[in-house]
Amino acid sequence: MDSLATHLIVDSLKNKQSESGGSWILHHVMDGNYLDFSPFGKIYLPHLELFGFDISITRHVVFMWLAAILLTYVFIKVAKSYQNSLVPKGSTNFWEVFIVFVRDEIAKPTIGKGYEKFLPYLLTAFFFILFGNFLGLIPFSATFTSNIAVTATLATMSFLVIQLGGIRNNGFLGYFKGLIPHGVPVFLLPIMVVVEVLGLFTKPFALAIRLFANMTAGHIVIYALISLIFVMQSYLISPVSVGMALFIYSLEVLVALLQAYIFTMLSSLFIGMAVHQEH
Amino acid sequence: MIAKIYFAVISIIASEGGGSGLLSVDGGLAFWTTLTFLILLFILGKFAWKPILTALKQREEAIKESLAQAELAKEEAKKILAENQASLAKAEEESKKIIEQSRAYAENLKQQIINESKAQAQKLIDDASAEIERKKLAAFDELKNQVAQIAVDAASKILKENLDAEKNKQLVEKYIKEISKN
Repeated sequence: MDSLATHLIVDSLKNKQSESGGSWILHHVMDGNYLDFSPFGKIYLPHLELFGFDISITRHVVFMWLAAILLTYVFIKVAKSYQNSLVPKGSTNFWEVFIVFVRDEIAKPTIGKGYEKFLPYLLTAFFFILFGNFLGLIPFSATFTSNIAVTATLATMSFLVIQLGGIRNNGFLGYFKGLIPHGVPVFLLPIMVVVEVLGLFTKPFALAIRLFANMTAGHIVIYALISLIFVMQSYLISPVSVGMALFIYSLEVLVALLQAYIFTMLSSLFIGMAVHQEH
Repeated sequence: MIAKIYFAVISIIASEGGGSGLLSVDGGLAFWTTLTFLILLFILGKFAWKPILTALKQREEAIKESLAQAELAKEEAKKILAENQASLAKAEEESKKIIEQSRAYAENLKQQIINESKAQAQKLIDDASAEIERKKLAAFDELKNQVAQIAVDAASKILKENLDAEKNKQLVEKYIKEISKN
């Protein structure tokens, strides 16, 4: 059963690839210059250029903005509800759980002293990714966090926050001196410098790839399972396809939450390592 | 199974290649992400995270403070309760003492009154007895005189003699003496 399913998925991927000279799955997962409401149609988005640089509004940009608007609306509402009374009511309770979680479970233990300065960045990153991940689970929408450009940008932000935090706390020279562990023999120094500098860049690189891959993989698997129906050209396979897709979808809900947590957690951890180098 | 799917996916990604692959970074999108994220960070940082985190901190401090205050109040209440109990015990002691004292006083008073009235009664009785004795003696004298008079009268009537009253009296007395001697 397992090997059969595997065979079918692989086959379906190959078939689709050969059919359309690319992949319809990738068309759904990747960015595009239209909002896809098939079978009801498509809404094409404007093409923009700035100094000859393509800054078209794409599907992922639209959903990113949607996430940004939702975030702004939700959290300004939460902030306003605190003005009325310090006792949270209704949805404020729900969001407070996440905010306190980021503060007490992520920032406080990993950064330690002076964690308050980094809270706005960590909270914004956490909820931006969280909203993006969950927006991607809505039918007809797109997951902007499954785009390597978005995750790479976010990872770059983390990288900048980590370096600036480290430099601010330890001084420019102190920070780069502190990168190399104490007690390293002199003859190893050239190697250590290369390794540590490389390490600075691999951390955010891993952040970007991890988020991108996790958010993409689930969607591809769901599409592949659905495509089984068309590959086999039989309705009989649909219960299996839909059932398994549903299972993966449930898993995606978990992954959506988990990846937002992991990105924030690791960013926070790296910030903590940069700020308090003695550890 | 997963490995096979993985390789199939990789082959697709690889075959896409060039400018539109899954792993190619789209500059425009990166630009929009940077812009969106920075604006979001600014807006949320100013209008959401700052007030929210301040409110949370305030609330935590308020809770901490009120807990400490409650602890203090509890301590205070305990102290007051102990004080109250002590003063209550003292008052009870005091009242017991007062009752005891008043009882003793009353007993004393009672005894005194009884004694006094007893003495008074005795005095009354004594006075009365003396009076009676005196009256008795007076009555006796009167009686004696009257009896003597009657006897004289009777004797003078009987004898119808014109005797000297003095002689008669002497005579009667002589008889009386003789009678009392007998």
